[in-house]
Amino acid sequence: MSIDLSQFHQVFFEESFEGLDIMESSLLALDLSEVDAETINTIFRAAHSIKGGAGTFGFMQVSSFTHVVETLLDEIRGGDRDIEQDHVDLFLLCVDCLRGLMTDLQAGSEPDMAQADDLKSKFEAILAGETIATEGNVEGAIEGTVEGTIESSASSLESKQGSDESALQGWKVEFIPCEDVLCTGNEPYRMFRELQDLAEAEGGGVEVIPHLERLPEFSKMHPEMCYLSWTILVRAGIELSDIEEIFEWVVDECDIRYQKLADSDLSTVESHQAPETIEDVNEVASTATPVAEEAIAEEAVVEEVVVEEAVSTEEISGEQKIDQVTEKLDQAVAEKAKNAPPKAAKASSKAAENTSIRVSIDKIDGLINMVGELVITQSMLGQLGQEFDVSRVQRLQEGLSQLEQNTRELQESVMKIRMLPISFAFSRFPRLVRDLSKQLDKEVDLVMLGENTELDKTVMEKIGDPLVHLVRNSLDHGLESVEERTDKGKSRAGTITLNAYHHGGNIVIEVKDDGAGLNKDRIRSKAIEKGLIGEDEVLTDAQIHDLIFQAGFSTADVVSDVSGRGVGMDVVRRNIAELNGTIDVSSTPGEGSLFSIRLPLTLAILDGQLVKVGEEVYIFPLVSIVESIQLEKSMLNNITGNQFVMQLRNDYIPIVCLQDVFNIDLEKKDLEGAMLVVVEGDNEKIGIVVDELLGQQQVVIKSLEKNYQKVDSISGATILGDGTVALIVDISGLNNKPVDKNTDDQTQAA
Amino acid sequence: MTSAAQQKNNDTVSGVNSDDEQQYLTFIMAGEEYGVDILAVQEIRGWEATTVVPNAPDYIKGVINLRGTIVPIMDLRSRFNLERVEYSPVTVVIILKVETERGERVMGIVVDAVSDVHSISDSDTRNSPELIEDLNTEFIRSLVSVDDNMIILLDVQRLLTIDKQILNIAAEVAADKE
Repeated sequence: MSIDLSQFHQVFFEESFEGLDIMESSLLALDLSEVDAETINTIFRAAHSIKGGAGTFGFMQVSSFTHVVETLLDEIRGGDRDIEQDHVDLFLLCVDCLRGLMTDLQAGSEPDMAQADDLKSKFEAILAGETIATEGNVEGAIEGTVEGTIESSASSLESKQGSDESALQGWKVEFIPCEDVLCTGNEPYRMFRELQDLAEAEGGGVEVIPHLERLPEFSKMHPEMCYLSWTILVRAGIELSDIEEIFEWVVDECDIRYQKLADSDLSTVESHQAPETIEDVNEVASTATPVAEEAIAEEAVVEEVVVEEAVSTEEISGEQKIDQVTEKLDQAVAEKAKNAPPKAAKASSKAAENTSIRVSIDKIDGLINMVGELVITQSMLGQLGQEFDVSRVQRLQEGLSQLEQNTRELQESVMKIRMLPISFAFSRFPRLVRDLSKQLDKEVDLVMLGENTELDKTVMEKIGDPLVHLVRNSLDHGLESVEERTDKGKSRAGTITLNAYHHGGNIVIEVKDDGAGLNKDRIRSKAIEKGLIGEDEVLTDAQIHDLIFQAGFSTADVVSDVSGRGVGMDVVRRNIAELNGTIDVSSTPGEGSLFSIRLPLTLAILDGQLVKVGEEVYIFPLVSIVESIQLEKSMLNNITGNQFVMQLRNDYIPIVCLQDVFNIDLEKKDLEGAMLVVVEGDNEKIGIVVDELLGQQQVVIKSLEKNYQKVDSISGATILGDGTVALIVDISGLNNKPVDKNTDDQTQAA
Repeated sequence: MTSAAQQKNNDTVSGVNSDDEQQYLTFIMAGEEYGVDILAVQEIRGWEATTVVPNAPDYIKGVINLRGTIVPIMDLRSRFNLERVEYSPVTVVIILKVETERGERVMGIVVDAVSDVHSISDSDTRNSPELIEDLNTEFIRSLVSVDDNMIILLDVQRLLTIDKQILNIAAEVAADKE
């Protein structure tokens, strides 16, 4: 029987990434003052299934790492240990680390275990430290901090070096099997081996001491009976439950006693254990060494001494040097810990994109219903067609309209499958804000609204990075430091609000902060300095705000790793424009800024107005059409000789001839009496002269770029009912370039 | 080119080294015979009206709907700055398909008429003379003689790469010539 497990790998990765997301969000939701057992359980379950899955598929790196995480979680869950902020931090690092491992594995490359090993030793240190602390041998063994954890490992190392055995963590198992244990198919050797695997996974070891007392005389010995009993010393921070699991099959028939090794009867143990003491120290030292080594790899020569010393200590196992090593380890790890946050951020941003989609069963059921109705309608029409005469036209029309309705509903439902709540994009922000606010030493409350607003999956995937940019910017540049805020009489903690809602055929996503707002003077002077605007150019507020979207523009005085390099806002705008969306900013000095992104709900289907220019049919997105009117001479004004504007109520609207923009070879028309479609894009209105208004219909957007290339002012193409291709006009693209395009050939238009 | 001649060609070549032998679809344009790798040919269609793409170079006649895909159509005559002719019912569009780093790319080329299929071994081909100062040489992969007729083998990959830069250069060159 051979099942190719690799076919399930993708599913495993997806589930694991989901599990990691759950862990992360639950960890962030955890309120330390009032720990909710259910949340801990959720985290534990997620970790457990990742471990289980990884084990099944043979990703031992992941499963052994997750196992340690799970162990600590289990202790917390079981109430043996209180969860602390530092634990949460450590768990979050683990989530990042696991995500990195999985991404590597998914890509088929060998994962980099350095960080995992590092974290693993920290966990082991916590676990080890706890045992010591409960027994009161070492005070303050758990300093929960990331740096502190290794301290505890060092101190356990220290105390281990001492003559008493109590610091050694592990279990003493008295295993006295019944005589017919072998007949039941249970092989003690196999259990020992399993124990050893378990212990070695934890960096420990197993010692099996056989007891021969029950061995009868040779002549009386039955070959299928087991006369031996054993004392097993498990030197590793293993859960009792894990050991019990190994003996699960024999526990009813055999006599098994577990004892914490530290408490064990020293007289029996000591004789066997004495030679190992040094070895144990070496073991611990060697688990600690990679940490040091890694830190050293990044730091300079100074710490190299640590390794040498650590190594030499191993050899000599001299007591006095341990202290020094401990100290240096502390230093090294502290340095390492400082480097950790940016690394973690890198790992999380690397998370692979999912290629599949999870759909709620409701949506599928709805679809099945609709397909059922469609089948009924179809059979009804089929029957009608077989015995058709004129008297049944009425029924035929009814049937056809029913078919139309079915089709539309079906289309909507299928589109809905692609729709996901925006919380998928928002979910990364609690973590991001948390890490960043720590890094920047600011206090931030993150408020998220409208998380259930649905958005097309493709759009969602592409909006993530721009949103991250915006939130980072708001945090870094927007919000003031705590001191500044208190000076200004604001609350200590700044607020960043993420909001999403539907508006017409668009989704609007807002990123709002209550920080200092955009500094108009500084933007202005910076823009002049960079030559983006002239010295004495008069700009409206909106125009000044708009400058921040220019390439290479940053007002940050100091370039930090968070933001300030001036790549960003222009990229944000470009990314959003690629999605046919727009971004606006409004800001009040001292009160904060508001970035609002408008995006089409879906990229695949569009309500369009068909218009005719010459022989060609073009499509305007219906959402951008404000109104359609017939031009009258009285409305027309000519500015700068060849640019016409039209007065419409209180606005002056520039008029654009599509044939000029698109360089269509057509006779110039008189503007008077022409059909004008007033459209709005980028918050500005323009009037577009067309020859004829045709119908409105939903069109499926097809890519023009795939086989051709990006065309200015065209957002895509579609196929009309008669099979011909019609191009979809990109209103905001048109908006940004009407004037210069027209100057050379509009003169005639008058 | 008769089928007998092709057969003969096949016979002469296949004996030597059939491994690097490739089949080429040849077509006629302005009296010359051109060849494209037959694996790049998706189908051959008659000319049909296209939808004009705004601000496209003049050799892009527009786009058509090819079973739900938007496919641009290039007039190879104007691409090679040859004299233009009226399209007739026998005017042929060869739909070419190539793999690019951006994925599969499909495009149609308008040619005068489809000619033949030849098996041509790489070792029989000759590089085109490098002296020609013409933009179009970059589309020519090599030249080959089949029965004393020269066939110009085209580099389909390059032909279908209509990046903005090339477009601009092409437009400039075209403008200069005018």
